[in-house]
Amino acid sequence: MPKTEIRVGGLGGQGVILCGIIIGKAAALHDGKHATLIQAFGPEARGSACSAQVTVDESAIGYPYVKQPDILILMSPDAYKQFIKQLKPGGLVLYESDLIKVGRELPEGAKALGIPATRFAEELGRRLVLNIVMTGFFAGTTELLSYQAVEKAVVDSVPKGTEELNLKAFKKGYEYGRQLVAAKSA
Amino acid sequence: MKADPKGVLTGVHFMDGDHAACEGALAAGCRFAAGYPITPSTEVVERFASRIPLIGGVFIQLEDEIASSIAIQGAVWAGKKAMTVTSGPGLSLMMEHVGLAAITETPCVFVDVQRGGPSTGLPTLPAQGDMMQVKWGSHGDYEIIALSPNSPQECFDLMIKAFNLAEIYRAPVFFMMDEVVGHMTERVHIPEASAIEIVERRWTKKRPGEYRVYESGADLVPEMVKAGDAYRIHVTGLTHDEKGYPVMNAAAQGKMVQRLMDKIRLRKDELVDVRREALEGAEIVVVSFGITSRVAGRAIAEARRKGVKVGHLRLVVAWPFPSAVIQDLAKRVKAFVVPELNMGQMALEVERAAFGRAPVVSVPHAGGTVHEPQAILDKILEAAR
Repeated sequence: MPKTEIRVGGLGGQGVILCGIIIGKAAALHDGKHATLIQAFGPEARGSACSAQVTVDESAIGYPYVKQPDILILMSPDAYKQFIKQLKPGGLVLYESDLIKVGRELPEGAKALGIPATRFAEELGRRLVLNIVMTGFFAGTTELLSYQAVEKAVVDSVPKGTEELNLKAFKKGYEYGRQLVAAKSA
Repeated sequence: MKADPKGVLTGVHFMDGDHAACEGALAAGCRFAAGYPITPSTEVVERFASRIPLIGGVFIQLEDEIASSIAIQGAVWAGKKAMTVTSGPGLSLMMEHVGLAAITETPCVFVDVQRGGPSTGLPTLPAQGDMMQVKWGSHGDYEIIALSPNSPQECFDLMIKAFNLAEIYRAPVFFMMDEVVGHMTERVHIPEASAIEIVERRWTKKRPGEYRVYESGADLVPEMVKAGDAYRIHVTGLTHDEKGYPVMNAAAQGKMVQRLMDKIRLRKDELVDVRREALEGAEIVVVSFGITSRVAGRAIAEARRKGVKVGHLRLVVAWPFPSAVIQDLAKRVKAFVVPELNMGQMALEVERAAFGRAPVVSVPHAGGTVHEPQAILDKILEAAR
């Protein structure tokens, strides 16, 4: 696996950082890779722009910043506007399709895959788990990390007592991602 | 002695630098922390406050940094290992008590997660602008020790070292993180307690009546007692003699200050901790510390691809400054390049040590983010020309 740079973007309160932490944790603790996560947030705890930068590599990571992500995981229109231009040509953008409309800004050769993550989360009973739906979607569409590794990282990252709901959210996103990839390649 | 297993969270974690620094302190035996929360250091004490009741110890959120930096010294004289945690604006307030820790030889750790300054500056964004402040910030002459981690793993490992050095030298030790290292999350391996070496305070074996609180032997570091342990001790910020009593004359001042300096200066070589990479045959040597070392790494790799022989010297212990290492390199390199997230503070030290034998190219940055690797690369190429 070559070095993969990921940026997760959205609003404070959507679980953007946690999504990044789960990906990093899955890679660094459960998949034998190296991962570095950098987070940026505004002074406000909720509602401000929020993003996480995750680098995953087979060897130790030096420079920790993500300048030109291979993968974008976006949960708000503002994050889309802010980060879409950074995407590497031929890169992949995973987006919340009820909130974000993908237009012509996509770089050359880039792929965009959407998921109505908030709606799925609401159907599962709590809108709060939209970030875990997105995490599952990431795992299913990219297969960068093993299913088991990400699943394990979800379980040890979410609050105790919410594991079952979060695993459902993770599976929902994962399966939707697998189906979407299969449909596109068919 | 080995670490107390109660404070050691053995395992492999995905943890940020602030949390790892806290775990390092707990593993080192720190059982008292006082602080006034300030971004980007708050997570250190937040974690300490939640962990310490289960381990046995105290965290106090005080009214300000002035109180915090004196409370830890009270705890140390009561027998505990202690730290305070802050960022630039808080550090400025603590300066009076840094001097007190130096003159009373109180072993304690000041954690500074650096952000952009001066003043309130950039609360959530990185800088490395406090390097000279920790060296010179309090009035008068004294020596301090400062460490500079560049990853969460080092925040853990070097924090243990920071506490150990504080005990060995009985001097304030500064743990110079920055916002990026503090908020960066990576794998952190915390070993078994039995694999962690801890330096115990050097308690005196002398009996009350024989013991003098500032009497020292060959290494110039006095032995300690706990307040309340039947020894009569006097600890003061005034110039004092071996008994700790104030003596207001030049002779006492000369003797005391000389010892405060010498206990570190004469043992500087033992304190050198640098990471050397490809220095053999290097024409350019990049000198860096903290997060900037990782940014410089990218520029160095690029310069090597362009055929420049670049070596990398990373300061793990920034103070005392490893002058002898620079002096030696200065005889054989073409130039030093010193990137740092300040307007050229440690570059002055490199210049001083190089003593005109090799030019020093500063790569300043006011902070708020890290350097563009290109900016460092440009200076390397320019210096190599």
